[in-house]
Amino acid sequence: MDARDAILEATGIEKSFPGVRALDGVGLRVRPGRLVALLGENGAGKSTLMNVLSGVFPPDAGTIRLDGREVRFANPREAQAHGVGIVHQELNLVPHLSVAENVHLGREPRTRLGLIDYEKLHADTTAVLGRLDLHVAPDALVADLRVGQQQLVEIARAVSAEVRVLVLDEPTSSLSAHEVDVLFGVIQDLKRRGVGVVYITHKLEELARIGDDVTVMRDGRVVGEAPLAELTREEIVRLMAGREAKEIFQKSTVAPGGELLRAENISLPGDGVGRPLLVDRVSLSLRRGEVLGIFGLVGAGRTELLETLFGVHSDRATGRVAVDGRPVGFKSPRDAVAAGLAFAPEDRKRDGLVLTMSVAANASLASLDRTVRGGLVSAGREAAHVTPYIERFRVKTPSLAQLIVNLSGGNQQKVILAKWLATAPKILLLDEPTRGIDVNAKREIYAFIDELARTGLGLIVVSSELPEILALADRVLVMCEGRKTAEFARADATPERVLHAALPDLAALAS
Amino acid sequence: MSAKNISTVFARFRSLLALALMIGALSLLSEHFLTADNGWNILRQISVNLCLSIGMTLVILSGGIDLSVGAILALAGAMAAGLLKQGLALPGSSLLLQFTTSGAILAAVIVGAAMGWCNGVAITRFQLPPFVATLGMFSIARGLTMLWTGGFPITGLGDQFGFVGTGFVLGAPMPVWIMTALVAVFMVVTRRTRFGRHLYAVGGNERAARLTGLHVGRIKVAVYTLAGALSGVAGLIVTARLDSAQPNAGLGYELDSIAAVVIGGTSLSGGRGSVGGTVLGCLIIGVLNNGLFLLNVSPFWQQVIKGLVILLAVAIDKVNVRQRDSS
Repeated sequence: MDARDAILEATGIEKSFPGVRALDGVGLRVRPGRLVALLGENGAGKSTLMNVLSGVFPPDAGTIRLDGREVRFANPREAQAHGVGIVHQELNLVPHLSVAENVHLGREPRTRLGLIDYEKLHADTTAVLGRLDLHVAPDALVADLRVGQQQLVEIARAVSAEVRVLVLDEPTSSLSAHEVDVLFGVIQDLKRRGVGVVYITHKLEELARIGDDVTVMRDGRVVGEAPLAELTREEIVRLMAGREAKEIFQKSTVAPGGELLRAENISLPGDGVGRPLLVDRVSLSLRRGEVLGIFGLVGAGRTELLETLFGVHSDRATGRVAVDGRPVGFKSPRDAVAAGLAFAPEDRKRDGLVLTMSVAANASLASLDRTVRGGLVSAGREAAHVTPYIERFRVKTPSLAQLIVNLSGGNQQKVILAKWLATAPKILLLDEPTRGIDVNAKREIYAFIDELARTGLGLIVVSSELPEILALADRVLVMCEGRKTAEFARADATPERVLHAALPDLAALAS
Repeated sequence: MSAKNISTVFARFRSLLALALMIGALSLLSEHFLTADNGWNILRQISVNLCLSIGMTLVILSGGIDLSVGAILALAGAMAAGLLKQGLALPGSSLLLQFTTSGAILAAVIVGAAMGWCNGVAITRFQLPPFVATLGMFSIARGLTMLWTGGFPITGLGDQFGFVGTGFVLGAPMPVWIMTALVAVFMVVTRRTRFGRHLYAVGGNERAARLTGLHVGRIKVAVYTLAGALSGVAGLIVTARLDSAQPNAGLGYELDSIAAVVIGGTSLSGGRGSVGGTVLGCLIIGVLNNGLFLLNVSPFWQQVIKGLVILLAVAIDKVNVRQRDSS
């Protein structure tokens, strides 16, 4: 096939964010009736590329051609008008609108009076839900659906529009096996109708069923491009990872010490919509020098569990927590910090950093007491206080006064680690510590986690990357839909067993 | 990168630049503008707004807004005047508490602080949006002022009290001394204390501040309490200068102080800005009012021009934020 056959063709796409070059001359070709699988590790630039293609933000350089004509999408709406639809990895639904309203958001059918034609809206929605084998009422509130069902509503939104190019960003991460089958049926159907599909995934086994072409990205570049039939699984893996987590990191063995943290029957009720219990009677224990990995799919309640341990949800959560054998009842994160806990949240920009402040101010924020003399913060003392940690984690920054927003994701994460280490914590909770971080910074973070465990800290690492959990953890706790479904010692934690316990349908069978 | 540096430097000094341009232009346009007398005049005129605006800066830095400062100003001024003049009759007894001048002054500041504290508690404990909480307080404080004064001015407060508004120390008017001292104190408080740093963190990212273990609630309550106390100080200056507590004092002052803060480059979304910027903002408004008056521009046009300056300042701020976020 030659280039003129492509519906959508991107060439030389470049995109930089402060401190990180996310896309470095990337090209992608989408052909009618074919599915191109976009593969690569977290942080390889796949989602950035999709955001550029679907008009979320413009590229710094490069061209996008639709049917051979150069296009420039100012926003997702324009992209959609040109027939480019996208299903993002994160759900983009309005929780308190109905399924039908969400599916047709922004293009609601109108009556002659200009009001929304609910009859047609519901009929159209029922039809598209039928194609996806999703049996929910069109007027049900999205907030009341399971995560997997919400994902299908998101997909319904994309396929109900006239799409010529459909981009799916890890659509199966929260779907059951049956839901995946139905989705694949819909994709085959779209392909037969000449739609070009871009499919981002981590799961190679899915490709054999629906894939035609493969494009592999690593560190913001395309490192391989071929029809699926011409590549073996091993070749793909080698292209993707460059190095597997286990290859880039050698865990040291430490004999864990005494129990640091014990949590019993931790439950967190939801806020009235969706699952009644976000965390459902989870118990865990953490020892000195130990890394406890928590694995689960999106929506499994991992983040909520960490937040509950850290005192964020003290108004709603129930259960008993003891630190160093002493029962504690954290009323707020402040109490948790005072007791020696530290928490590096998943969404660094939203929850971890004060983007308006400098590297030094972010690093000293949790331990500012130590820089105060005579009631005043001394810049000299502040620098002296944080510099050892900034150096220890090898934060690359032109100066301590640099605004944190200008650092790369990896360096931002290291500043967060520095912030917490400056409080001399006993327990470190890490939520997706390598999300959106390039492979070199990732390797460094792994080494730091290992080193911190060796110095006697207890660490809990939450990750949705299985290889990461398996490489780092001494013990693996698996969660699914709020419940703890399994716990494995390092030696027993095979990918198959862990994944089995994390998938909704299978977990239900197992319990 | 270097273009970016230039634009940051420009952003930092643009208020100063605007002020310098205005002073230059007005000096050419009016021979009465650049005189020592007029200089003191401008400083005295901005002193009330600057007291309010320091508090407003703290509030806006924390990511909030305070619509009640003008009303608290009126209440505090009326309280001071009333206590000084009539004392406080304790209900249920024939006891009458007489207040000295310093007692009345202290009471005004405490009343202001207490009203501000109520704002803070409403916002943190009861989770009311700052806009709503302080709008409620605006009405409450206005109503209390009317109840306390019966709707009539309280006048004849004595020379000692009047000194706060009209006195001179070392050749400078008392209100200018008060304002200068407060500016100095709060520049240090925001830049160099733990509270100041925490304030910027809360305004910059409240979620992150909470997850870092900062006492977000306590910081916010302190911010609104300080804003209330500073409104009390402003109320004292207004009352002492006029030798009269007007029940309608400070009407619309909250908007002037928000304008000064915004023109001074403090971001309404919180976390960015400074007391120094607010000083410039107040000076810009003060010089503008004064200059337009000297040029015989109609007060109605003055309002229009002031509005345009505010819009321009915020528009520039927005463009800067967008550049920063998308770069």
